[in-house]
Amino acid sequence: MSNKVWVYIDQFGGTAHQGSWEALGAGLTLAGQMGGGVTALVFGPQARNIAEEAFHYSAAEAFYSDDSTLEDYRPEPYTALIARLAKESRPEVLLFPTTARGRELAAMCAIDLNTGVLADVIALEMTDGQVLATRPVYAGKLLSKVVCQARPQIITTRNRTFPKPAPDPTRSGIPKQVEPALGEAEIRSKVIGYTKSTGGVSLGDAAVIVSGGRGIANNPTLTPPAGMDDKQAEIWRAQEGFKQLGELARVLGAALGASRAAVDAGYIPYEHQVGQTGKVVSPDLYIALGISGAIQHQAGMRTSKVIVAINKDPDAPIFKMARFGVVGDMHSLLPYLTEAFRKRLGK
Amino acid sequence: MKIVVCVKQVPDSAARVVVENGRVTWGEAPLVINPWDEYAVETALQQKEAHGGEVIAISMGGESAQEALKHALAMGCGEAILISDALLADADSQATARVLAAAIQKIGEADLVFFGRQAIDGDLGVTAAQVGRVLGWPALTLVSKIASLDPASGVISVERSIEEGRQIVEARLPAVVSVVKDIGEPRYPSFMGIRKASRTTIPVWSLADLGLSSVEPVVRWPEILNPPTREIKTEIITGDSPQEIAERLVEKILAEKVL
Repeated sequence: MSNKVWVYIDQFGGTAHQGSWEALGAGLTLAGQMGGGVTALVFGPQARNIAEEAFHYSAAEAFYSDDSTLEDYRPEPYTALIARLAKESRPEVLLFPTTARGRELAAMCAIDLNTGVLADVIALEMTDGQVLATRPVYAGKLLSKVVCQARPQIITTRNRTFPKPAPDPTRSGIPKQVEPALGEAEIRSKVIGYTKSTGGVSLGDAAVIVSGGRGIANNPTLTPPAGMDDKQAEIWRAQEGFKQLGELARVLGAALGASRAAVDAGYIPYEHQVGQTGKVVSPDLYIALGISGAIQHQAGMRTSKVIVAINKDPDAPIFKMARFGVVGDMHSLLPYLTEAFRKRLGK
Repeated sequence: MKIVVCVKQVPDSAARVVVENGRVTWGEAPLVINPWDEYAVETALQQKEAHGGEVIAISMGGESAQEALKHALAMGCGEAILISDALLADADSQATARVLAAAIQKIGEADLVFFGRQAIDGDLGVTAAQVGRVLGWPALTLVSKIASLDPASGVISVERSIEEGRQIVEARLPAVVSVVKDIGEPRYPSFMGIRKASRTTIPVWSLADLGLSSVEPVVRWPEILNPPTREIKTEIITGDSPQEIAERLVEKILAEKVL
């Protein structure tokens, strides 16, 4: 009898994404209510090792393939293989972490398996033998309860939302190797290579985020190099500001965020944008400096556990969401803040 | 090159969206073209300008979705088609993908189909991948840069934004591509474009026009609700000097035990 709950373990370069273990944890809770255990699916480099690791996280069964066609993640061969396995064994629920890969794989598997997909889910419960999922819509301005009436119910779990189970190295099992579904000649895409992110900690995975807004360009104590026009001087000031903010981020092991205003003004690349048209984040600590808190920025960070706002304008909307606020100039505070954290955290 | 770009009409990102009496409302806020889709339109137009051909904008939605299509026309798309049918009111993502794929097939001979990364209302972010799958074409999602496109050999090379950085992928056309903001700022509609768009009559295709008798949604939305309000008591930290404020603030943050 095969398991009703399957979890896709997303990985890159032989290391599982943390969200995969959180999805596995969510799967264990569902399996506890539906009966049976959880089956883990692992493909790509080091797939067998990661499948063995899945047993530590309490998977009851693991399928893996490290076939050369699966060496680099590509949606076609991965989807075809997951869909074939699911057609053979008919799981009730198929979980993925909401990574770039997990989301698109879930979407494509739903087409192959003629079912629905519930993406970026933040809560799961069982009602009438069916999974009832909660997912944020309008960037979290609303919550939608959703069910998928076809099988399998395909769900992607939001990262940093479901607790990761504690691994137990004494738990083990023997992963089952599976054959790929497609040959190289049937795949119409090819991975040429990768460039690494220069942004440090990725926003979506960060437990702590420090973010800068338009106010970052207003440091009066900085003198730009001669020969710059006003716009160049403004961007130079902002970039110096983000360098200082980066120093605070380094001390805190934090990711560096920014408001849309700061990104649109050319102060920092888009990959740092937090908000409805940037990344939606939910860290334990979010420190906003020089960010007023427009509704579209709030939508991207409102579920952060503790929000700290530093802004010159006492009426800035960000203060309404903040646990702690400082009304004042971020630039005079920032060096002392970094220093105080450095001292207290021993870094 | 024949390029299709898919757009959606959504409430403005600055809208205060709430549930009142079980219904979603956004007050007086305008409906606009999904902001991500403007990047898709821009990318489609750039590829047309580089390689020749035409850009056709399509949208699935009610009558008001015409406005999103008019925006795409005003930006420079040559043609627009609205897919609208009362039977589509409850369409879920896979039903939507099947309808869009049918429309793309009816248009015929498309080399590329562009999408924005996701719609800012439903936030599913699955449609591009699903349309690619229905069509059986490669789906290149979250593309931040089109490195090269060679219509003669039918090969596209792109950079995709993934958690770990960028993945460089090559695929054979026809292909579906979803783009992220790094792809480049969308242009503003020109005055001439707006005039042309306002005069254009946008054809409406029904399900029957696509050769479909019905769609079969499998996802249901039994409830939509406002998020629980968080009772936040804001504590304003003060002091005689920035150093004192910083030290007090750090104490307070450490006491929250989130570090």
